[in-house]
Amino acid sequence: MRVTMTVNDEHHEVDDVWEGESLLYVLRERMGLPGSKNACEQGECGSCTVYVDGVTGCACLIAAGQAQGHHIVTVEGLATEDGLHPVQEAFIEAGAVQCGFCTPGLLVQTDDLLRRDPEPSDAEIREALAGNLCRCTGYEKILDAVRLAASRMKPEPGTLS
Amino acid sequence: MTIPTEAPTEAPPESPAETPDSPPDNARGGVGESPQRPDATLKVTGEFAYGSDLWMDDMLWGVTLRSPHPYARIRNIDIGEALATAGVFAVLTHEDVPGNKTFGLEIADQPVLAIDTVRYQGEPVALVAADHPEIARQAAKKIKVDYDVLEPVTDARTALGHSTPDLHGELAEEVTELSREAAHLHPQGNLVRHLKVRVGDPTPSADVVVVGEYHVGMQDQAFLGPEAGLAVPDDVGGVDLYIATQWLHVDQRQICAALNLRPDQVRLSLAGVGGAFGGREDLSMHVHGCLLALHTRKPIKMVYNREESFFGHVHRHPATMRYEHGADRDGTLVYVKAEIYLDGGAYASSTPAVVGNAGTMGLGPYVVPHIHVDCYGVYTNNPPCGAMRGFGSVQAAFAYEAQMDKLAASLGMDPVELRIVNAMAEGSLAPTGQIIDSAAPVVELLERLRAMPLPPALDSSDLRHLPGGVSNTTHGEGVRRGVGYAVAYKNVAFSEGYDDYSTARVRLEVVGGAPQATVHTAAAEVGQGLVTVEQQICRTELGVDTVVVQPKDTQVGSGGSTSASRQTYVTGGAVQAACHKVRERLLALTQDYLHETLHDLRLEGGMVVSDTRGAVASIADVLGAKALEETLEWRHRKTEPIDPEKGQGFAHVQYAFAAHRAVVDVDVELGLVKVVELACTQDVGKAINPDAVVGQIQGGSTQGMGLALMEEIQISEGKIRNPSFTDYLIPTILDTPPMPIEVLEYADPHAPYGLRGVGEAPTISSGPAVMAAIRDACGLELTRVPVRPEHIIDSGDGRGSRGEPKRRQP
Ligand code: FES
Ligand code: FES
Repeated sequence: MRVTMTVNDEHHEVDDVWEGESLLYVLRERMGLPGSKNACEQGECGSCTVYVDGVTGCACLIAAGQAQGHHIVTVEGLATEDGLHPVQEAFIEAGAVQCGFCTPGLLVQTDDLLRRDPEPSDAEIREALAGNLCRCTGYEKILDAVRLAASRMKPEPGTLS
Repeated sequence: MTIPTEAPTEAPPESPAETPDSPPDNARGGVGESPQRPDATLKVTGEFAYGSDLWMDDMLWGVTLRSPHPYARIRNIDIGEALATAGVFAVLTHEDVPGNKTFGLEIADQPVLAIDTVRYQGEPVALVAADHPEIARQAAKKIKVDYDVLEPVTDARTALGHSTPDLHGELAEEVTELSREAAHLHPQGNLVRHLKVRVGDPTPSADVVVVGEYHVGMQDQAFLGPEAGLAVPDDVGGVDLYIATQWLHVDQRQICAALNLRPDQVRLSLAGVGGAFGGREDLSMHVHGCLLALHTRKPIKMVYNREESFFGHVHRHPATMRYEHGADRDGTLVYVKAEIYLDGGAYASSTPAVVGNAGTMGLGPYVVPHIHVDCYGVYTNNPPCGAMRGFGSVQAAFAYEAQMDKLAASLGMDPVELRIVNAMAEGSLAPTGQIIDSAAPVVELLERLRAMPLPPALDSSDLRHLPGGVSNTTHGEGVRRGVGYAVAYKNVAFSEGYDDYSTARVRLEVVGGAPQATVHTAAAEVGQGLVTVEQQICRTELGVDTVVVQPKDTQVGSGGSTSASRQTYVTGGAVQAACHKVRERLLALTQDYLHETLHDLRLEGGMVVSDTRGAVASIADVLGAKALEETLEWRHRKTEPIDPEKGQGFAHVQYAFAAHRAVVDVDVELGLVKVVELACTQDVGKAINPDAVVGQIQGGSTQGMGLALMEEIQISEGKIRNPSFTDYLIPTILDTPPMPIEVLEYADPHAPYGLRGVGEAPTISSGPAVMAAIRDACGLELTRVPVRPEHIIDSGDGRGSRGEPKRRQP
């Protein structure tokens, strides 16, 4: 089947998609956007977290066909021409990136958290990121990064679409 | 040095100053600082190419058909229907392996593809290449393998014909002849290695004796980036392999043997690695991908999914351990007897080294005059086990630390005091007869830990702080707090006479008017930050700001394994030594350039600096168009094999020490545990990159805690019952507590910069500290990890619902 969607503000159209293919597979293998990671394909790790119409979800659990006509934002869509997104900068500066396999999903999820709640408490950060596994860091520096990003990001009205 | 958990980070290095007249600042981002990792930007933008992201236009997908049985003979393999499937390019079996049909890190006992027998569930049997991964998977299902299923051997003691000893009886007789009852899984029998340590009086006696038997379940590395690689054939029978791995050259050696090719025909490059923790030290799809590429003459991509990953790499050895500790009334240890069984599964992998560690490090960082240790590594039909962070020591630490607490309880002593009374120090004798010849600050680690403030008492008004969290399982009733301590002790780098070295190539030249160093090693970056450390060393030694890290590949000599906490030590040592040679040549050039002989020169901030005269020339001017390049191998002090009868010898080059204090809240009615805080002190000799040290400690501590509380590959009848992240649980951010850390820096005079390997020690003591804290909270012995709720629940008669005996109270 043919699937069309908007990814990071660009129109994408892909042909010959099998019905069993996930949004994650289509992003990674058919659109050349491998930033979203596949670590479990079961919705358990959050490495594949993307925005679908402004709401975060696991791309591995969304059938490609379900994304037809929707707006997707992946980790590749966070930085702008002006440079890295503040959440990306904070993850680097706080040392929250080791192997980095969890990072794309965590960045999207953190961005979502800070849009909803610009000043989250530690307990709220933990809840928001509970679906994102990291095997390397023990999460302490991820918490540091989220706090750092929150301190730098000003709340902006509206949501990402 | 105390490192707060929120350490400020260094700004990225800026471009070097252009004007040689004004000496620039000292090189930024050198040894002892925490500069940004060179791959950080690529990793946060999604551009960093992990093994699973590699892609070529005309590539095919390779998949592996694996055995569903833990033990079976193969009568026949019929690939006809699979091969006839549209879109399939190749179906291969053991018959297509041109060279050695078996491989292995230390013992080549594992078939590339099963020959006539499968010895574990998940053993690779055949390969398929197709133009879509789903076509390949479907075709693999059409391969017909005719199995004659056999009864698997699933218990390590049974595999050796050893009886299960009565907990309160004598240690089992030393067994010299293998039982005829368990099937021999390999021609030489089921014993991989038996290590003995015999020190002092063989029949010691003591005032107080405590005995315990402990079990550690099988842990998985659970790196997030599953096994992945891309094999690309050349036109002349060779192959390039891009692979996520821990040791390119040991892979290359094994691939060459299997393919019957020369090293120059098998070129490896490191693809981005999504974590390793030991699980990538053995081959996974390396030979498979290359075989398919050579057969199809097309690039082959292979990526395991999470389920296959559980079958695709070795795990941490499960252990059964029986310990007997004897001490004087004042707590001084008199003797320890230990019997340790490590289930290595179907193939040897690194079992001999794991036995070496567990056997020689297995009494912990304590001075013991009389020692009797038997440590066995065993073949069974369980999944193969090998390297995982802290191997051998992790398992033993659960036992020796539980014993120390039990002994303290019997003596009516404070558990920390008992440890302090028996702690090793510099100059102590290790069980191998080695003198600990650098700092061993066990006492200070414990005292600092004890002095750290305790977290506030439980606030049960917020569900999120309670065991069970927002599941709303308690409002504080039945919740008890416990505190526990444990100490880790681990050999760093390869031991027992192994020729352990790394190779570094360092080049210094002028690029765009500024001096630039380029460093090339084959040492695998797996997330730990070795690439940053390599840059830091070059900046410090060569006084330049800009350091390019070449991609890791086999174009340079071996870097050795990224394991055993060894890379900063050994590859760091190689990079430093190569820098020194380049610096020597640069200083010689400086004399020519200045037409005078100066003896007090150093390199700093892009300048050649004299102690007496300040900056005398810029490195760029001295170099001009010349490039200085040096390549060398660097070795740490030689170790030696231990003797087979008494376990004595200079086996280990360095030791790492860490200690943990865990504070837990336990719901004793439901068996749920909330770790409130996990504090750590560790001696790192010298923190080359303080932020990365803290990152290693926090990550390692979390993995150790995971083994104590939740992480277990559950096996029954040789089969893995939970090969998914739904059923194999690793700690989430909700499970992981704040981890305050104090880092000590007592230089080891034998090591580069005085550093001590960091990565493994925190994985060793965190779990035992958590277990000690849970025992403290609920008063049960809890002899098995991971501990499960049913072990903890107090049934009202002072025993857990599983009959866990109540701990003896002083
Ligand atoms: S890959 Fe989607 S949640 Fe793990
Ligand atoms: S940095 Fe490796 S999984 Fe998070």
